[in-house]
Amino acid sequence: MVPLSYYLVLSGILFACGVTGFLIKRNIITVFMSIELMLNGVNLSFVAFAAQWHALSGQVFVFFVMVVAAAEATVGLAIIIAVYRTRETLNVDRINLLKL
Amino acid sequence: MTPNLYLWLIPVLPLVGAIINGLFGKRFSRQTVLAIALGFSGAAFVMALWIAAQFSSLALPHVENLASWIRTGDFQVDFAFYLDQLSLVMLLVVTGVGLLIHIYAVGYMWEEGGFYRFFCYLNLFMFFMLTLVLASNYLLMFVGWEGVGLASYLLVGFWFTKDSAASAGKKAFIVNRIGDFGFLIALFLMIKHFGSLNFAQVFRIVSSMPTETAGAGLLTAIGLLLMVGAAGKSAQLPLYVWLPDAMEGPTPVSALIHAATMVTAGVYMVARSHMVFDRAPQALMVVAIVGTLTALFAATIGVCQTDIKKVLAYSTISQLGYMFMACGVAAYSAGIFHLMTHAFFKGLLFLAAGSVIHAVGGEQDMRKMGGLRHHIPWTFWTMTAATFAIAGFPPFAGFFSKDAILWKAFSSPYGSWVYWAFGVFTAFLTSFYMFRLWFLTFFGEYRGEAAEKRGDKHIQVINSRPVAPAPYEHGHGGIHESPKVMLIPLVILAVLSVCGGWVGADRFDKFLSPALHAGVTANSQEETAAATPAPEPKEQGGSESLLTGISVLAAASGLFLAWVLYQKRPQLPQEIAHALGGFYETVVHKYYVDEIYAAVFVKPLIDGSTRILWQGVDRDVIDATLDNSAEGAREVSDAMRHMQSGNLRSYAGWIAAGAAVVIAYMVWTGTR
Repeated sequence: MVPLSYYLVLSGILFACGVTGFLIKRNIITVFMSIELMLNGVNLSFVAFAAQWHALSGQVFVFFVMVVAAAEATVGLAIIIAVYRTRETLNVDRINLLKL
Repeated sequence: MTPNLYLWLIPVLPLVGAIINGLFGKRFSRQTVLAIALGFSGAAFVMALWIAAQFSSLALPHVENLASWIRTGDFQVDFAFYLDQLSLVMLLVVTGVGLLIHIYAVGYMWEEGGFYRFFCYLNLFMFFMLTLVLASNYLLMFVGWEGVGLASYLLVGFWFTKDSAASAGKKAFIVNRIGDFGFLIALFLMIKHFGSLNFAQVFRIVSSMPTETAGAGLLTAIGLLLMVGAAGKSAQLPLYVWLPDAMEGPTPVSALIHAATMVTAGVYMVARSHMVFDRAPQALMVVAIVGTLTALFAATIGVCQTDIKKVLAYSTISQLGYMFMACGVAAYSAGIFHLMTHAFFKGLLFLAAGSVIHAVGGEQDMRKMGGLRHHIPWTFWTMTAATFAIAGFPPFAGFFSKDAILWKAFSSPYGSWVYWAFGVFTAFLTSFYMFRLWFLTFFGEYRGEAAEKRGDKHIQVINSRPVAPAPYEHGHGGIHESPKVMLIPLVILAVLSVCGGWVGADRFDKFLSPALHAGVTANSQEETAAATPAPEPKEQGGSESLLTGISVLAAASGLFLAWVLYQKRPQLPQEIAHALGGFYETVVHKYYVDEIYAAVFVKPLIDGSTRILWQGVDRDVIDATLDNSAEGAREVSDAMRHMQSGNLRSYAGWIAAGAAVVIAYMVWTGTR
């Protein structure tokens, strides 16, 4: 059996990749994907712990996260399309109409 | 059943006059203003006479309670008035001389701006002075005491557009505060130890206390503190400096406040508190020494002054010194006697000096007068009476009172020949400087040229309004006699200066003795006599007339010297001044006392206030704290502002960093 620490390290790496991508990427689609990456990094650690401790609640959490992520992806992509139609760009730094 | 004398009406009448004139006087004509002012102060005088008329049938001291003022626990102060022989004398002097000076002021101030304001202040002064005199407890007395100080401030600074007048008013007020500080502490001591400020209660408690012959105690402390207050109000060393400057006020004010009444309040207060002083020989000695030194000191300055009002001002200080000398040898009645005669002749001297100044068009420098006796004969003759009175020639009033003081200074159990010697020498100086003034002003050739134009001093117009024609003939141009309204008070006061002393010191003493010796039991008198090695009864009759002879001789030699120096050989004074050199300079500059005070007290105070309190504490600490904390808040906010850039990813970065820190911390604590 693969030890728990492997899962956790992988989960951390995924999360860190997500954070990094979120911070350094300017394309809003990529940012969006980085968020998904972070969510799934967390999901991985949830299921790993659930398997380790034979506790179902971890897996239930993961389902919740996946549902929220799906809803988020739907709404997010809709927003992105709307933004692209009005601004004709996907660069987050230029979507700053609300900034003073 | 004692009759109700409505004592409270006496001070309140002038107050009503002051309020009416103060509130509405601006709209009144001059005639209305003076009718109100003279009417109310005249009514006070009539009431004083009415009380004097039925005085013999009263049970004394007569106390009337008007209303309660402060009641807290056992301590109680009332608006109550106290009438005994002492306050009756003061009452008559204040209302009588006050009324005469009011009348005089009508003529003197007629052409000045702020006519109603002047009479409002004058009536206000009367109110406070009568409160002071009639109060039946120290606190009400203190109210009057402060009130006359206020009135004095307002009147000294009456021509407030003139810088010197405004600052003279402030100086008078501030120097008086120093004295009042002592007075207040004395009152606090009384409250703490006697639990009361009522004269009757305080004196009852004090009379049961032993004489403090062995060492200074509570009574000595109270006595000395009261003396500090008296020295401030009555211009004694070292607090006399305000009085000469106070001559910036209009001359009737100098006569009323700074000669006849207010400045004698200190003497009155010491005499009123005689119970305390009788039991505190050291305090009494301080009073006598201060009085004696002041008398001599001021007289020497008076010799060298050239401003006619300044001479009189120093003369007033000197005469007040005599009064304190009398009080200091426990001869209170002699002091009050001199107070009364001094009110007559010094009031007259000031009024006559005002008449002279009026005549020569505002000139106050005696060197620019001279030969005025033919031009203003009424003023000349009245002033002559006053001059002889103050110099102490018999049978003028000043002779009797001054002689009484000198005799008591010599013969009293507290007295000593030293006081007497100083007193006689001062009498000589007094006679000299008064006759110097007299010769310089009225004899010789006229030395001024300002006769044709009326002085600029009279064109001080504040609240200017067209001047109503004076209700009396009043020729202008040239040296001219003052109008009748000014001369009548002069004549009345001249009569009083001549006759005022005929009542005699002994009869006066007998009249006052219930007020001034009450409570000095025969027992304690013996004690004091036994305690102080009293001078043996110095062959009373013979030595008294000898001493009288000496003091008259001193006065006569003062007259003679003044005649030689200023009449016969007018060049001599300059030669003498030249010969004396530095000493003469010192005296002319009033011993540099003002300069010394300025260097020792005023300048450090101003510098300290400027450098430490203003620039140091206020600007560098208080302001700086506020400014710097505001500046700091702004800078910190400026730095913090950059965190909130609106850049979403930088927020996320902060969150990630924060999360990383939390995790690192958890890992670190978990692995330990």
